[in-house]
Amino acid sequence: MAKGIKDKVVILGMGCSKFGERWDKEADNLMVEAYTEAIADAGIDTKQIDAAWLSTAIEEQHVGKSATPLAVALRLPFIPVTRVENYCASGTEAFRGAVYAVASGAADVALALGVEKLKDTGYGGLPQRGRGPLNDMVNPNASAPGSFAQLAAAYRAKHNVEPKDLKRAMAHISVKSHDNGSKNPKAHLRNKITIDTVLNAPTVAEPLGLYDCCGVSDGAACAIVATPEVAKSLGKKDLISIKALQVAVSNGLEAQHNSWDGSYFATTRVASKRAYQEAGIDKPREQLSLIEVHDCFSVTELVTMEDLHISPEGGAIKDVLDGFYDANGKVPCQIDGGLKCFGHPIGASGLRMIYEMYLQMHGRAGERQRAQEPVFGLTHNLGGFPQRNVAAISIVGKFGA
Amino acid sequence: MTQGILAFGAYIPWRRLQRKAIADTHGWFNPALKGQAKGERAFCNWDEDTVTMAVEAARDALAGRARSSIGALRFASTTFPFLDRLHSGIVAEALSLDADVSTIDVAATQRAATSALIEALSSATETLVVSAEKREAKAASPFEMSSGDGAAAVLVGSGEPLARLLGKASRTADFVDHFRSLDNRFDYQWEERWIRDAGYMPIVPPVIERCLAAAQAAGKDVTHFCMPATLPRVTNAIAKAAGIEEKAICDPLHATLGDTGAAHPLMLLVSVLEKAKAGEKILLVGFGQGADALLLEVTPAIGKLSKCLGVCGHLARRKEEASYGRYLAFNDLIQLERGMRAETDKGTPLSSMWRNRETVTSFTGGKCRKCGTLQFPKTDICVNPNCNAIGTQDPHAFADQRARVKSYTADRLTYSPDPPACYGMVEFEEGGRVMIDFTDIDAAALQVGQPMQMMFRIKDIDQARGFRRYYWKAAPAAAKAKEA
Repeated sequence: MAKGIKDKVVILGMGCSKFGERWDKEADNLMVEAYTEAIADAGIDTKQIDAAWLSTAIEEQHVGKSATPLAVALRLPFIPVTRVENYCASGTEAFRGAVYAVASGAADVALALGVEKLKDTGYGGLPQRGRGPLNDMVNPNASAPGSFAQLAAAYRAKHNVEPKDLKRAMAHISVKSHDNGSKNPKAHLRNKITIDTVLNAPTVAEPLGLYDCCGVSDGAACAIVATPEVAKSLGKKDLISIKALQVAVSNGLEAQHNSWDGSYFATTRVASKRAYQEAGIDKPREQLSLIEVHDCFSVTELVTMEDLHISPEGGAIKDVLDGFYDANGKVPCQIDGGLKCFGHPIGASGLRMIYEMYLQMHGRAGERQRAQEPVFGLTHNLGGFPQRNVAAISIVGKFGA
Repeated sequence: MTQGILAFGAYIPWRRLQRKAIADTHGWFNPALKGQAKGERAFCNWDEDTVTMAVEAARDALAGRARSSIGALRFASTTFPFLDRLHSGIVAEALSLDADVSTIDVAATQRAATSALIEALSSATETLVVSAEKREAKAASPFEMSSGDGAAAVLVGSGEPLARLLGKASRTADFVDHFRSLDNRFDYQWEERWIRDAGYMPIVPPVIERCLAAAQAAGKDVTHFCMPATLPRVTNAIAKAAGIEEKAICDPLHATLGDTGAAHPLMLLVSVLEKAKAGEKILLVGFGQGADALLLEVTPAIGKLSKCLGVCGHLARRKEEASYGRYLAFNDLIQLERGMRAETDKGTPLSSMWRNRETVTSFTGGKCRKCGTLQFPKTDICVNPNCNAIGTQDPHAFADQRARVKSYTADRLTYSPDPPACYGMVEFEEGGRVMIDFTDIDAAALQVGQPMQMMFRIKDIDQARGFRRYYWKAAPAAAKAKEA
């Protein structure tokens, strides 16, 4: 195996806009909002950025194609800027581009910024759109909840779980994320809810109800990364470094080959294993301090606990109900509210997860700050559908840990 | 070699509108509807039309038979969805018939199917005659009450027919009892008494007489008299005039199905063949701008036929529909607020459709000749992770394979003309899987492991350009036809 990127790159600064229904802001306003926080945090000047990556997934709803929207919004001085799109995992892909640029030595300082402006459709949920001529001829007119809801059907069948037991664990996940989001001033949804709120909500796609689904938000998040040497030369202390970046992409096996049973993410299982290896983590359940996962739907979060090899297979329901992943549990999951409540501006989400890790490790997470000092944090950013997706894992932590 | 009927089949849509629901809605306007408010009529799901029904009726007729010997396909209807596109061509591709098959759409008269059947029985070519009808009726019209949607198919050829032609006769007369022109969506119909007294009575009996004479038979020899007519007492009057016994008049399927227009002669023929015995004689009459009459004799081969679902099996595959609103919406007789998600324009990509016709229309996937893995769609590189061989996939037909639900949902967020949109992963019993739309399904009854069958359906209707695309969907597997 390749040596990997552990401790080769550190985070110099991060920023994140408020997520939510930003009716009064264009995408470029959101980009600048995240960027001004990040550049001030980094303590550098725009001219010191050598290269930049922009992530956005549903660009036809806002900025259009190419990397020029980022270069124009930030007035980047004719540097290389690249736009990446990899479903909802786009944010981690932008981060990976910037980190790899620095790790390779091609850049000393690089920027990753993700943005999405989703609330200009006129209706709730993700935009309904064509997916290419052949796909539209054969694929169901599936919504995101409809695609992920199927995990529940397959998970119940595989583990012989009663629908109400699974639904209760899913409800616990959403209640926990609302509790966490209520303490996050940048979160889209800050209301607390109860188990009954979740169980009595209208059905979106069987068995997912309204409160099993994450918010669809406007927002942007930004990271500036550099070599440890550059960071030190700028006087930075308590560096947060990148321990691992792994992506696994479906190759049609899940959709076409009968070896996949529909109850888990084949990609996440592979990507997380590789990430642990790259980061030198062999007992994730003991070693991870915090996790931020792609909780687009409550059931996604539930099965992901197993796919990250933290809960045993078939054991996520118990861990969830035991509070293992609650803010005061052993491994808090979505301590910032997650996609569920912080919100899900697609291209920004992967970077938002890393932003939270960065704040927590610097002790800057305010009311939601984890008392126990975090050492390793994992982010899991997923794009696509259970049968065809992109799983992107990052592990960040104390430099040298 | 004797030309005759080798096989038959039918298709009737799942949903049956209770006629009472129509009368309950419109009785204030037309109290006469209350007198017709008995029984039920079949109506198409939103994703069905004459093409999809024709495919299903043909599949019913051809179940378990090789299709390579079929040299011609005749598709009869007065409610084809296109004015310029060969519907029999769509049916032929959906059935994976040989590309050299001769295809003709037969249209514009209620006797289109009987004329096509006479032509087929007069030809030496093995011919599939299929007829389907989905007639549009104005709300609160008697026609809405009496009509039904459905399709029937017969395979005609030599060999060992289960019914052979004894005699035939036709007459042409531009007797216009109803009509529908290019500019009009609905039929315009004249007075019933005139149709009976000036139409059926003078035109039909002489044609029957000539047909029987050609067969050297008499009216009393007829065991089953199949002649669709929605007007009261017409069939009895014709039978009497032709010397046919009253007990020979076959059930017009009014109470359970409704009149399926141009498809109804074949529908009645199939319903009779299902229970016919060797030696029985069937008189089939089609009426429309003249008349066709055919006298068929059932042969001992009828006993050897493996049973199709036919009319009987499809009548049993049924979902009572008490909501007239759903019927109105499916038939575009009411303007629903469909929401902004319904605005998505998926276009009409003709070149892509043609290039992908094996996948999309024929539902043909691949079978790796190196490792044997079945996969849908067929691709260049085998999906089996232990194989991944390049260029090793042979075409493999998936349409007739049974499948089971692996995962599912009932989606109330996405747009569907019949929410919730039910779809999921189905796994084929022989191997392979596909994420696909479900149809004709109760969302509440969905479960993993449920047996499914594939059906040819409308995938999308492009309202902006007037096009419709077809594809396959998974529906709960019908109970297999009982052995005779």
